[in-house]
Amino acid sequence: MTRGFLINLVLFAMLPVTALVALMLDEPFIITLTTKVAILALAGVGLNIALGLGGLVSLGHAAFFGIGGYAMGILAHHAQTFTPILESPLLIEGSKSMPVIWLVAVLTGALAALAIGALSLRTSGVYFIMITLAFGQMLYYFAISWPAYGGEDGLSIYVRNGFPGLNTLDPIQFFAITFVVLALVLWGAGRFAASPFGLALSAARQNPERVETVGLSPYRLRLLAFVISGAVTALAGALFADLNRFVSPTMLSWHMSGEIMIFVILGGVGRLFGPVAGAALFILLEHILGGLSDFWHVYLGLLLLLVVLFARGGMIGALAGRQVAHD
Amino acid sequence: MKLKSLILAAGLAVFGTAGFADGHAAKVKVGMITTLSGGGAGLGIDVRDGFMLATKMAGNDNLEVVIEDDQRKPEIAVQLADKMIQSEKVDVMTGIIWSNLAMAVVPAATAQGKFYLSPNAGPSALAGKGCHPLYFNVAWQNDNLHEAAGAYANDAGYANSFILAPNYPAGQDALTGYKRMYEGELAGEIYTKLGQTDYAAEIAQIRASGADSVFFFLPGGMGISFLKQYAGSGVDLPVIGPAFSFDQGILQAVGEAALGVKNTSQWNKDIDNEANKTFVEAFQAEYGRLPSLYASQGYDTANLLLSAMDKASVTDPDAFRAALAEADFASVRGNFRFGSNQHPIQDFYVREVIKEGDVFTNKIIGASLTDHGDAYAAECSY
Amino acid sequence: MTTILLIEQVLNGLQFGVMLFLMAAGLTLIFGVMGLINLAHGSLYMIGAFAAAAVAGATGSFVLALIASLVAAAAAGAIVELVVIRRLYDRDHLDQVLATFALILIFSEGTRWLFGSFPLFLDIPPALSGPVTLPGGIEYPLYRLVIIGVGLLIALGLFQLIARTRIGIRIRAGESDREMIAALGVDISKLYTLVFALGAGLAGLAGALVGAIQSVQVGMGEPVLILAFVVIVIGGIGSIRGALVGALLVGLTDTLGGVLLPGVFATFMEPAAATAVGSSLASMSIYILMAAVLLFKPTGLYGSA
Repeated sequence: MTRGFLINLVLFAMLPVTALVALMLDEPFIITLTTKVAILALAGVGLNIALGLGGLVSLGHAAFFGIGGYAMGILAHHAQTFTPILESPLLIEGSKSMPVIWLVAVLTGALAALAIGALSLRTSGVYFIMITLAFGQMLYYFAISWPAYGGEDGLSIYVRNGFPGLNTLDPIQFFAITFVVLALVLWGAGRFAASPFGLALSAARQNPERVETVGLSPYRLRLLAFVISGAVTALAGALFADLNRFVSPTMLSWHMSGEIMIFVILGGVGRLFGPVAGAALFILLEHILGGLSDFWHVYLGLLLLLVVLFARGGMIGALAGRQVAHD
Repeated sequence: MKLKSLILAAGLAVFGTAGFADGHAAKVKVGMITTLSGGGAGLGIDVRDGFMLATKMAGNDNLEVVIEDDQRKPEIAVQLADKMIQSEKVDVMTGIIWSNLAMAVVPAATAQGKFYLSPNAGPSALAGKGCHPLYFNVAWQNDNLHEAAGAYANDAGYANSFILAPNYPAGQDALTGYKRMYEGELAGEIYTKLGQTDYAAEIAQIRASGADSVFFFLPGGMGISFLKQYAGSGVDLPVIGPAFSFDQGILQAVGEAALGVKNTSQWNKDIDNEANKTFVEAFQAEYGRLPSLYASQGYDTANLLLSAMDKASVTDPDAFRAALAEADFASVRGNFRFGSNQHPIQDFYVREVIKEGDVFTNKIIGASLTDHGDAYAAECSY
Repeated sequence: MTTILLIEQVLNGLQFGVMLFLMAAGLTLIFGVMGLINLAHGSLYMIGAFAAAAVAGATGSFVLALIASLVAAAAAGAIVELVVIRRLYDRDHLDQVLATFALILIFSEGTRWLFGSFPLFLDIPPALSGPVTLPGGIEYPLYRLVIIGVGLLIALGLFQLIARTRIGIRIRAGESDREMIAALGVDISKLYTLVFALGAGLAGLAGALVGAIQSVQVGMGEPVLILAFVVIVIGGIGSIRGALVGALLVGLTDTLGGVLLPGVFATFMEPAAATAVGSSLASMSIYILMAAVLLFKPTGLYGSA
């Protein structure tokens, strides 16, 4: 446990250290990249709650990621054009304030996860993978063909949304915001996994019959986990859209679902800090391999294949040994 | 600095002949974000090759180009733009192929004081109210080729067109553009699914509609599928489309099905002027394939930039902007100047798909619109 | 909407469904026998189309091209099974999803490496081009009729193969109890390779058949792959009969939804808005169908729990 703990600590500290070094070297783009790692890690943490803890292999988490993104896009779009979102029965205005946007993103993400989860969790195994994939595609096609918010072109926000007391356009300050959010969510996810509910969820993954005999409903446990997972992923989506000042249906595509899953796997399934390691590795690879060859996806694919076939614990697993096995 | 840009810089240094010391020695660093991998990579590769050919031919040592691949993903494009502005500190940006990516990148880039020269996308939002003094479009406004198609339909005497395009913003713009010029009736108007590959249902509707002509805008693989299926369906109404579905890159994949189809374009390899002859020959010599529309746009973009570099220094944005606006370069299209919104005013041609030996290609059969600008210029004020 | 147009659209839906069946049959067999979820099935479809285009380009023969598509996809399938998939049978679905997702990345960019970024050319043979007139005065492309015929023949052959032959018996045995047939001395690993190659070959053939009327390009397999998943989920994973029914349902829903829905909305909305709402809803229709089926039958129409 101690070695794993140490690795987690180093990993986690690497983000702010990288950002600060980049600040000193006047390399704002490195800060932006580090911010991206933090946000994608957050999405991975969200998926990991369903995947690692609940054993729910969702191939549709891009849906929640995109919903968070669109929550930001739609609110900010209405705020920057000074048009209300809804006039009757009650007036709803847009907003350029991050906390408000986050709240909306989390709520809509949770609601969507409740609806999708309630239907999808009636199935299990492969059916679950495919039905989540299909729901993701459904939203994707909807976003593309619905013209009100840009369709395939997406929505551009000209100025990043604000956070009280901070200048979010400054890369390092925006990084600080995302890092604190990530830290809080990681802390919450850790507490959650160790809570009675988290333990029951883990038990429901390993042996649903036994959980049922003690009077707990695996369906409800999983649904709640799915909802929390969707909400966290939506929060990441809102931050991601704010990082890019842009949202489009590509955030909803099934490749995005696959990528979020890759972060989790590269790092190590079911490990709290796995997504942080995975997202960092992914971005690093994208920038090293992407610079070497136009065909870098081949190398990414090969690497992923090797990790799945031969290094099942992911990066953290390989570093820390298998004390914290996920199965 | 990444390996790719290092190689490029080295390449430029090797190719660059002695270099003109012409008084405007200010270096210009260009950031090119374009699509080099995944679906649609062919377009980005052509823009890049056209652009790099022009820089190589000019041999101007003061021009440095950094190239990055956006994978056709808007969020990647935005991040690359951040990188080019924040870390590469480029002066001029260019390269984006797709309108949705342009909408994600251009407003932010121009707001941060960077010049942007568009070699392909021309969304209406950037031509009208959202125009910007640092934004120049060297290709066309998105509606242009469709307007040219509408004008050609009038000339050809079509009075009952069936029109279709994918259900996304550029598709809606396409049909709007066609209808802006076309004066006849519409036998039908369909929005298809983006990425759709089977058009049997639409072709059945065309057959049943009693139309006398078909206009379609289906870029990339969608157009290939449509044309092949249309050719096999027995419906033999004349088809018109913008050049995108009949361009050099994809024409070989459409094959016989495209033969004889009329399409509209601002460029073709047989436009008779010196610059074009030089370009077509040099491109074939360099890359061993016929140049495409996109390559011609990349080539013109680089030459526009080079012409401005000869006149002004990029460190003086006002002078540089004025130099760009003069468009004092030999365009492969011949007639080319900028309108008040810094979008092209140029001629549009009707081309016909023919077979030269084994290769499918286009030849110009007439003019469609001459000295044509765009419909949004009036809304633009700086 | 006239009856003739409607019949034509039903035929279109059938043709689409039959093609989906060729994809879905392989997926569902592979899942049924090996318990493997294969996201890379769409890549095999793409390989079939590219092999056909390459061979047709070199020889000019469509028949050779079809054979090439079968052989190339089956060979690619067998190689992938031997090198990668084999290691995944005992793993959970998550590992299978990821490994096969990795295969998609490799196949897609690898194909682009080999064949370049532009679409390839593959055309239908002259003998099958052009329309035929059906009873009732319906003009319909001959090639599509042939596709419907070929697809149904293959479906029949597949049913016969599984119901009547020795291999079929083993496949069915493998579906119901994997350990048992291994214990009975059947070379299970050879059977797995065979089933995987069979499924891959069918996908490759579908790619070649469809490639002739669509465009042969990198990434062409992915939309079809997702539809094929929808098909087998609706039909019940592991069931060939379910795959056929599901494929026809999805084919018809998608085709007719796209044609009819805008019209339905146009009866009470403005034309432009009706087209927008109708097209949006049509593009989601098959997913709505799938959600509805799963709501009532969580394991699909013919699936066993």
